[in-house]
Amino acid sequence: MIRLENVSKVYRTDRIETLALDHVNLRVEDGEFVSIMGPSGCGKSTLLNLAGLLDAPTKGKIAIDGETLTSYRDRDVASIRNRKIGFVFQTFHLVSDLTVLDNVEIPLLYRDISGRERRKMALAALDRVGLSSRIHHFPSQLSGGQQQRVAVARAIVGRPRNLLADEPTGNLDSQMGGEIMAILEELNRDEKTTVVMVTHDSRFAERTHRVVRLFDGRQVM
Amino acid sequence: MLRSYLKLAIKVLLRRKFYTFISLFGIAFTLTVLTLATALLDHVFSPVPPERHLDRILYVKQVTLHGEHITLRGSPGFGFLDASVRNLPGAARVTICTRGSDVVSYSGGQKLRLSLKRTDGEFWKVLDFDFLEGGPFTVEDDRAGNRVAVINEATRRQAFGVVGVVKNVPIIRDVPFADLWVPIGTEPSADYKSQFSGSYLAMILAKDARDLPSIKSEFDARVATLKAPDPKEITSIASGADTLVETVAREVLPGTGRDAHGGLLEALLVLGAVLFMALPALNLMNINLSRILERASEIGVRKAFGASSRALVGQFLVENVVLTLVGGVIAWLVSAGALRSINLSGLVPYADFHMNLRILAAGVLLALVFGALSGIYPAWRMSRMHPVEALRRRA
Repeated sequence: MIRLENVSKVYRTDRIETLALDHVNLRVEDGEFVSIMGPSGCGKSTLLNLAGLLDAPTKGKIAIDGETLTSYRDRDVASIRNRKIGFVFQTFHLVSDLTVLDNVEIPLLYRDISGRERRKMALAALDRVGLSSRIHHFPSQLSGGQQQRVAVARAIVGRPRNLLADEPTGNLDSQMGGEIMAILEELNRDEKTTVVMVTHDSRFAERTHRVVRLFDGRQVM
Repeated sequence: MLRSYLKLAIKVLLRRKFYTFISLFGIAFTLTVLTLATALLDHVFSPVPPERHLDRILYVKQVTLHGEHITLRGSPGFGFLDASVRNLPGAARVTICTRGSDVVSYSGGQKLRLSLKRTDGEFWKVLDFDFLEGGPFTVEDDRAGNRVAVINEATRRQAFGVVGVVKNVPIIRDVPFADLWVPIGTEPSADYKSQFSGSYLAMILAKDARDLPSIKSEFDARVATLKAPDPKEITSIASGADTLVETVAREVLPGTGRDAHGGLLEALLVLGAVLFMALPALNLMNINLSRILERASEIGVRKAFGASSRALVGQFLVENVVLTLVGGVIAWLVSAGALRSINLSGLVPYADFHMNLRILAAGVLLALVFGALSGIYPAWRMSRMHPVEALRRRA
């Protein structure tokens, strides 16, 4: 469960202040699949970054799985991100120096898990997205769709209850985009994973339980 | 966690071949120079035969004779040493010998340039020479001025009545080094016996290393009571009983009179090593800093998936230390080859440079210091990157 209460985010530079989010309230229940839509620059990614604790709100409260955050210091949020949240990015963000298997193992490195167990969990996650045969490939040797599937495997390998996807189909053609969407739906349906997805594609948004729309940093419906 | 970091570091280094090559070249070159310098220092200052008991030996290699119109600073004479070092409380043995001089000898029409050292009989008991044949000459030989000699294996010929042949001593160990050792008693005249300034030195072997401070004090007290042979000319005498490091400090550091600053010399050597490492370390630091942008996406991803700043500092530091340790291994191999070449070249007579555990320990320490110097700041900068900012940059 993800809850944002009266959350605002202001970006300040020497000269200007930009209000990226203005008193947004969002409650995503356990097992819900919510999509966030809106024009470019309306604050969708900012909202997702705040929900994923990658950034701290200027005002308001954030709670993950019932735990309200009182501090956004690095050491406090790192373990919450590790245990409770998985991320899928539009540009995949796979580490080019590492193989598919090593990329998927990344979230597990920051837990007290043996190498053997890590490998077992990573193989299971890759099997889940249908990429068991590519574990020793490097990201550059895969298609865009395959890279995004690796990114999904990385997001779910630690079995987080919440999955945040920032335009996961944005860099893919419609067929590959459809495949990724199907995997996210499957995870939501079968594993009861809570999914929050930013998207520009209304076809995919319509397939989610609920659509949240933003405009100029405000929630419009 | 450390195992994962190590595995990851090796993977990154193998994948980034050009970066690895450039970095390793700089690291290996720096560490090779430092390893060679360490090997040289080890060769000069380590307790190896014949100076096996280095921790218990004090050297008197310098005396300053000061008068109203004259200041003589140089090697002491036999007379000064005879009066100052004999029967010092706490001393197990005392020996007096010359610093060594070049002599020419002829064998079968062939001219030989040899280094000659005149010693007393105790010399062979204070130092631990490796005799290949025969044995040392004795206190009686010295007293009687017997024309006997000990030679090294390179001079294994019958020029004198040879009583023993010892293994070659490298020139770099200047106190025991010679080709030919003969009794002091063979000096052509007895004038040396009263001289305060000359070409002699003394070694005091303590019963126990803990006795060295008290022997030094006793020596100082005795020197303070000595009267020069010509009290009108020389009004004061200064000298010191020094450890091997202190003897070098006394010679190379200006302004050291009564006290030799061995600690200062050691500090200067460490400072020199750090300064020598600073420039290549800064260079590597710069390369690492420029890679922050290149690795921004990875930093963002790791943070997003739960890496704390501390964990990232650990990861990047391990990467850098692994790189410098590999550089250290290369430096070790190159240094071993270079030392072997020096030994074979004859550049340093009877040199026996070789790598050993002390140099290995120093090399590992140098590599770790280098790795930390060049890695900590970039690792800290990388870890401080904001995850959103890092993810915004594409790899």
